[in-house]
Amino acid sequence: MNGRICKAARALAGMTQADLAKAANLAKQTVADFERGARTPYPNNLAAIRRALESAGVVFIIGAGETPGVRWRGPGGGEVKPARASRQPGGGGTAATAASFEIHHSRFLDPSGRPVQPLPEFARDPAALIPLYRAMVLTRRFDAKAVALQRTGRLGTFASSLGQEAVGVGLASAMRPEDVLFPTYREAGAQLCRGVTLEELFIYWGGDERGGDFSGPRQDFPVCIPVAGQAPHAVGVAYAMKLRREPRAAVCVIGDGATSKGDFYEALNFAGAWRVPVVFVINNNQWAISLPRTAQTAAQTLAQKAIAAGIDGAQVDGDDVIAVRHAVDEALHKARAGGGPSVIEALTYRLSDHATADDASRYRDAETVSAHWRTDPIARLRAFLGNAGAWSKDDEEHLIGEIDARIDAAVQAYEATPAQPPQAMFDCLYAELPKALAEQRATASRESGGKGGEDA
Amino acid sequence: MPEATLVGAVNMALARALEEDDRVIVLGEDIAVNGGVFRATDGLLERFGDERVLDTPLGEVAIAGISVGMAAQGLRPVAEIQFMGFIYSTIDQIVNHASRLRTRTRGRLTCPMVLRAPFGGGLHAPEHHSDSTEAMFAHIPGIRVVVPSSPSWAYGLLLAAIRDPDPVIFLEPARIYRTIKQEVADEGAALPLDVCFKPREGSDITLVTWGAMIKETLAAAEALGAEGVSAEVIDVATLKPLDMETILASVEKTGRCVIIHEAAYTAGFGAEIAARLAEKGLLSLLAPVERVTGYDTVMPLPRLEHRYMPSEARILAAARRALAFA
Ligand SMILES: Cc1ncc(C[n+]2csc(CCOP(=O)(O)OP(=O)(O)O)c2C)c(N)n1
Ligand SMILES: [Mg+2]
Repeated sequence: MNGRICKAARALAGMTQADLAKAANLAKQTVADFERGARTPYPNNLAAIRRALESAGVVFIIGAGETPGVRWRGPGGGEVKPARASRQPGGGGTAATAASFEIHHSRFLDPSGRPVQPLPEFARDPAALIPLYRAMVLTRRFDAKAVALQRTGRLGTFASSLGQEAVGVGLASAMRPEDVLFPTYREAGAQLCRGVTLEELFIYWGGDERGGDFSGPRQDFPVCIPVAGQAPHAVGVAYAMKLRREPRAAVCVIGDGATSKGDFYEALNFAGAWRVPVVFVINNNQWAISLPRTAQTAAQTLAQKAIAAGIDGAQVDGDDVIAVRHAVDEALHKARAGGGPSVIEALTYRLSDHATADDASRYRDAETVSAHWRTDPIARLRAFLGNAGAWSKDDEEHLIGEIDARIDAAVQAYEATPAQPPQAMFDCLYAELPKALAEQRATASRESGGKGGEDA
Repeated sequence: MPEATLVGAVNMALARALEEDDRVIVLGEDIAVNGGVFRATDGLLERFGDERVLDTPLGEVAIAGISVGMAAQGLRPVAEIQFMGFIYSTIDQIVNHASRLRTRTRGRLTCPMVLRAPFGGGLHAPEHHSDSTEAMFAHIPGIRVVVPSSPSWAYGLLLAAIRDPDPVIFLEPARIYRTIKQEVADEGAALPLDVCFKPREGSDITLVTWGAMIKETLAAAEALGAEGVSAEVIDVATLKPLDMETILASVEKTGRCVIIHEAAYTAGFGAEIAARLAEKGLLSLLAPVERVTGYDTVMPLPRLEHRYMPSEARILAAARRALAFA
């Protein structure tokens, strides 16, 4: 940025030199000298000027091969309101409000599937929602199959997403192929939408690393089991996208419990400070194993954690796939346009046990759980589509038949996949196996009689 | 005497400690209402209430760091990390704070805390649930590292860890949580934290191990016995501080030693024992020290994990090599 670009940007934002100096926490003279071409500010001050202008709605055009310039994005899009100084009502005139914020909650369909406000553009034609419906049903039937296989010893521990399908499907359907997803262990729905195959999911949950070598989304991260560990990765990936001026974004899904971790707070803070194209979707299913959301934090919402990092935060009805899709659409649009990160808290409910190794009856009663079936995201969209004449009983039967056949075929393929030979432990450890490990690899291979391929 | 599994004995020791000392606080993720994902803390909330048995929010750094603060105030926190795979973020708190609070204040502030975690493979668990990285902790000055391998030792060692005036990392071998049942006297008797145990006496070869590998090691000793070889088995139990005298005395008698651990080979705790044998027991050795360990690979997912874990066959092969050496 040079002084003239700064002046142009300031004009776009309708700021005076004094306004800009204040927003960037600098002396007015620094800005004035810069714009006159008299003196270039220190790099950190330059960065502060740029951040202040970006926060005011300016986008700097600095792409390779582009003429440097500025564009106006506008402050809209649910921006955090700038801190407003105001007198405390009725106060003694000394305390002033240094900052204030609101968290908005949005929904389009109520639990019975009736629209509560005009639907967003992508949802105007009910037929356009059918792919989302199919993806949610696929997720649920895959999930039921995975749990059944685990129960009969044919799959490893599995984390069900029963009741949470709208979150994964909503967010992944808003993504473009070139975006990058950071899933938790409970996001099979999002992964399937991204092009991870059923067979790969079974292979992974069956205890085989090859299930993480996705044939579809090559840049997506594998599921993250250490809670919140993926949040900083998403910021790093988003930084790379920003550095290369690519209109792409990272989408990081994490649980309500994960928002208590330092990894999450640190990632949010960096994302805000660096204004990178990342969208955090908090899949708030109200539970972190046995700990209810109310015991997890005293914060009123999880979305407001964004505010402390200078990021937009909003809540959506996570059982309304239209609301999730719409919120993530907007956040991605903003991110790709250089508008920085967002946090979306999707409110849903974990209808299943935490995982197949868990017994939720130890810490929550069945009535509470069954009451939450009323907000089932799949029934909600089905009701809407049915009312709109876009979905029939026949369609439903057809869909189930088709999906179950796909799942059965994937299970067969998975079960026909022999285990890797033991030396496979060494084969993706380094780009090239160090000589020092050759003997160990030979031992591992010999221990199995050189055969491998059989399970315990 | 009641019979208990290893995890049951942990539970008994925790209850005993809470009962006898009202400074004891038990905290961790899912440990109160749910009783712990392995049920190690089952029933403690009901007996001792929610001021002393705490379900924490999700956050290992805080669990460890808050324990340091509690301990400095004279409480006796016993914190659970749900699996060893999630303990790594606490290492900052352990290395930079827990282990040196006493040193930094010349004893004015101390840190009598226990950090418990299940560890080890063989449970067909998901990624990150099967590591054995005890050697990382054994490297840290100022703490104790304890690994029980039977119900009665778990009971006595955990009580000792809780009563100890310094920080203790207490690693519980999850694979044998429920495989052995023993009579455990719930009489509050602690075991010493600086001695190795000798679950089997012998005179021809010394097999040194700890944690879940005790199972394969004892089986190998049994098999050797059937061949007329008398194998002595040492369960290290407290890795730090290490009771080298017991190991040296055994090797002086047998002249041959195989060290067995599930953790990776390089810089595994077996290396420490082998180095000390070289320093202090070289002239007793009749054969090179053998190590049977996991490989220097990432712990594989369940379909290959049994290929990673040292087997009885590998222990036997190493023992035979040592015995054949002349
Ligand atoms: C760092 C870390 N600590 C503990 C665990 C054990 N654990 C697995 S899932 C979970 C709860 C996570 O809750 P939440 O973030 O709400 O996600 P959900 O499982 O509800 O989808 C815990 C404590 C873990 N995997 N990682
Ligand atoms: Mg949750």
